[in-house]
Amino acid sequence: MSDAAEGGGVGEPDDAEGVFGSGVERREDIPLLTGEGDYTADVSRPGMAHLAIRRSDHAHARIVDIDTSEAEAMEGVAAVYTGEDVVDSGVPNSIPTAWMLPGLVTPQYRILATDKVRHEGSGVAAVVAESPQRARDALDRIDVEYEELDQVTEPVEAVEKDVPPVHEEAEDNVAFDFELGDEEAVEEAFADADHVASVDLRQPRIVPNAMEPRAAVAEWEDRTEKLRVWMTSQNPHLHRMLLSAGTLGVPENRIEVIAPEVGGGFGSKIYHYPDEAVTAWCSMQLGRPVKWRASRQEGYVTDCHGRDHDTTAEIALDDDGTVRGVRAETHAGLGAQLSQFGTATPSYLYATVLSGQYTVPAIHCRVVGAFTNTTPVDAYRGAGRAEGIYVIERLMDVGARAVGMDPAEFRRKNLVQPEEFPYESAAALVYDSGEYERAMDKALEHVGYEDLRERQERLREEGRYLGIGVANFVESAGLSPSGLAGDLGSQAGGWESSIVRFDSTGTLTVMAGTADQGQGHRTTYAQIAAEELGVDLEDIEVIEGDTDRIPQGMGTYGSRSASVGGGAIARAAREVRSKAREIAEHQLEASSEDVVFDDGTFHIEGAPDRSLHIQEIAHEAYLGHDLPEGMDPGLEETNFYDPENFTYPFGTHVAVVEVDPETGETSIEEYVAVDDCGEVINPMIVEGQVHGGIAQGIGAALYEGAAYGDDGTLETRRMDEYAVPHATQLPDFETDNTVTPSPHNPLGVKGVGESATIAAAPAVVSAVVDALEPFDIEHLDMPITPETVWRALGGAE
Amino acid sequence: MHADGFEYHRAGTVEEAVDLLGSIPDAEPLAGAHGLLPRMKTDEESPPALVDISRIERLSGIERDGGSLTVGALATHADIAESTAVREHAPALAEAAGAVGDLQVRAGGTIGGNLAHGDPRVDPAAAVLALKAKTTLRGPDGERTLAASELFEGEFETAVGADEIVTALEVPTDGAGTSAYHKRRNPLSGYAAVGVAGYLRCDEGAIEEARVGVTAVGPHPIRLRGVEAELEGASAEAATAAAAADRVGESLPASGVRSDPYASAEFRSHLLSVDTEDLLGGLLGDA
Repeated sequence: MSDAAEGGGVGEPDDAEGVFGSGVERREDIPLLTGEGDYTADVSRPGMAHLAIRRSDHAHARIVDIDTSEAEAMEGVAAVYTGEDVVDSGVPNSIPTAWMLPGLVTPQYRILATDKVRHEGSGVAAVVAESPQRARDALDRIDVEYEELDQVTEPVEAVEKDVPPVHEEAEDNVAFDFELGDEEAVEEAFADADHVASVDLRQPRIVPNAMEPRAAVAEWEDRTEKLRVWMTSQNPHLHRMLLSAGTLGVPENRIEVIAPEVGGGFGSKIYHYPDEAVTAWCSMQLGRPVKWRASRQEGYVTDCHGRDHDTTAEIALDDDGTVRGVRAETHAGLGAQLSQFGTATPSYLYATVLSGQYTVPAIHCRVVGAFTNTTPVDAYRGAGRAEGIYVIERLMDVGARAVGMDPAEFRRKNLVQPEEFPYESAAALVYDSGEYERAMDKALEHVGYEDLRERQERLREEGRYLGIGVANFVESAGLSPSGLAGDLGSQAGGWESSIVRFDSTGTLTVMAGTADQGQGHRTTYAQIAAEELGVDLEDIEVIEGDTDRIPQGMGTYGSRSASVGGGAIARAAREVRSKAREIAEHQLEASSEDVVFDDGTFHIEGAPDRSLHIQEIAHEAYLGHDLPEGMDPGLEETNFYDPENFTYPFGTHVAVVEVDPETGETSIEEYVAVDDCGEVINPMIVEGQVHGGIAQGIGAALYEGAAYGDDGTLETRRMDEYAVPHATQLPDFETDNTVTPSPHNPLGVKGVGESATIAAAPAVVSAVVDALEPFDIEHLDMPITPETVWRALGGAE
Repeated sequence: MHADGFEYHRAGTVEEAVDLLGSIPDAEPLAGAHGLLPRMKTDEESPPALVDISRIERLSGIERDGGSLTVGALATHADIAESTAVREHAPALAEAAGAVGDLQVRAGGTIGGNLAHGDPRVDPAAAVLALKAKTTLRGPDGERTLAASELFEGEFETAVGADEIVTALEVPTDGAGTSAYHKRRNPLSGYAAVGVAGYLRCDEGAIEEARVGVTAVGPHPIRLRGVEAELEGASAEAATAAAAADRVGESLPASGVRSDPYASAEFRSHLLSVDTEDLLGGLLGDA
């Protein structure tokens, strides 16, 4: 493994020896790009029926009556079920929250609604038919009588206005009232400070829009009383556990969850939704396989949304630009039900990063989690960290203006310094390692910051408005140290599990409890194993996504696969290596200190001809003819790796934009990303993650943003109403990196899946606001569409 | 999404297409399949039968003959955008065709279907209005010709009868005018958020003839008559563009300007003024 202090540019093949750190091509790409990948929708079972779900058109309504008789009478319809049928079947029928907070209200979350519907898209009835078309046609023949209720879709209104509660258990719609930090210290800091700057901001709802819509195929086998579920899952083991203990009551050891190829998730495929439980329940009722596929439009109203924060934030400053304190009060929309991490995302994952990369002596944050009549809100790429970094970075901009400093210089002045690590922030985290200024300098150098500022001045004289946005970020990745997460309310462990197994012919199988949705685990995991064991990539098979093949796991989310999954693989591989070494020493009749392991071969120091390759040893281990006294045969190890801390990726992104004040159009001239994700396993894959992340951050900043209409139904419900940016709407990205290894991770990696999304939104917003500084614009809410700018500049007046 | 079931017929000749459309109630013609099919997939339209006219011969050529260009109804947007004759004699049409959708849409979508379907946001419609192009239709009673201003009647409503198909577009090219199209692309849909096409014929520093067609602003593409009135007879200089653009409001549809998640009616009207001025400024600069 390279221990170089600084890597080459991301995307450049690393000079370091070995496969770890090199940009080898993704082994999964050819089948995926040629349409050979098997997705859940490709699964077909003998005798399979098709499920369609009748969904509420109303945001909030009491269900008076459901008449299914006409649908049931249709030819080709096998069965029609309502929420009452599920209740009558006696299954547990309860989707649980996975993160408790003090005072949290946890209403029951059933897989089909019974008493009332609480958001548009909520399932009220299920049709199983011989074809998907027939099932869908039958939906229209179900007659549901509703009594409409007033609804609320905005979190502030939900708790402050006199509206009917989403759940009777929470009359004021408050699910939790969360606090973090030292309120008293913050009050003192603000009282003593020379300046206080503030910003009111809204972080709009994001629809995740994974390329592959959600789907499930369930097969209940009466003979064995076993349930097999293929589904679009980021964490099949979590789904196995929740299907067992939460919704269906089938013993965990009789459920197999398989996540075949999964086409993107961004968080949206972490959760246990009603739909896969309904699919499985129907299969159990009918004793035949059942398939369900969401349409894109169904996804818009059922896939958990992201963000939805309303925040007032303040920063206290001294004349010289020293930050004294930060406080924030946020109303977070949770939607109509508590999704698994819907409570963790706007509380701990958010408030704990409010220190950003800076020394902020006093921090306090209050978050009111509100039930609203909307699709549930949960983690979306960047989850919580994105919202928190957005707040601190907007504060750093308004703070710089308040003290009359250049925003980059103001940021630099307050950076945590390398010698301060591990750094304990006032927001309850201990940052593992970082050289923030190095990455920031690199980013500013790339854009030629000083020259840009001069150019900006010149252009302003011509009536052209250039803006430069600098965003520094640090995030808690590598979710999560189990004990710490447990103390904070997590109901699940944060470890990852791997099995590394040599086969008797010398090939190697690596199994991991994570689940790829496009990240390239089959490549990077093989690179890790190849590096640890000196085996060619061609001899390594990586297996994920099947709970019967990989006994335990936690899945892929929270930028955890490389650090926690990779950590488990590295540790299992090291255990395998050490057993192999014992066999080598025994067969080479040498003592430990004389045997050297080099690129897969154990040999005696100074006598390279007396050697055994680890793949030969594998064969010996399974033969069992000549093993050290008392050693068990086989060469396979299982590792459960529980990280001692989060990892803390960081970096600086700079966006350079030009804004046309007449049309409000923003064009991104230049975008530079300098990321530090610790050691890099595969620079090409890291660059891909950075590109995709920036695209989603720019999407949030300029294009996306789901909106509900006055009737509480989604206004932006299809791709021509909700703009996921096209490649042609994005600039070229210039990426670079620094390498600051995580000191506590077995591989030194930090993770990179969410970094760029976290950085890009504040960088772009900062740039647009910077461009409009001559118009006294201090802040604009996302998405900053042309019309947003036009209105802000008084165009409508 | 699943489209509802439908019958599929393939017509070998124009006559056969007209017969099929006349005999099957609510049947729709299908050519490039880039307007109708996406709407069928979302249930916005569900015709019981489709008559595929895409293989009818001799409907796809582009010819210049004397004072006009004849563009076959099955000419694709790509054909039109790349045609030397169209680029030379009707640049607004070539530019509009080149601005449609993306490469794939332009390679498949046809001009006849684009106009006959009546989507209020299509690019070529603005050019057809500005260029005063005529559409040739064939129905059970033979051939007839529609002026551009008669073609568009409402949102997804055109004067093309249920049993008629568009066979060609006739673009007059005898005048010595210049034309251009400007598209402001809606980043959500790829359709125009505002599309403006202009045609100007100038003589000795004065504007003799002016037409401005716009798309994506009202329930159907329209001409900006007030703007045209300001232009005609005025001097061919840049200042005229601003004065003309000031009169955009006069011709806006009485039923209201389109509003969507990208642009409210108010903002769209503003963009229309900006783009009209830019486009006319450019044409006057060239004139």
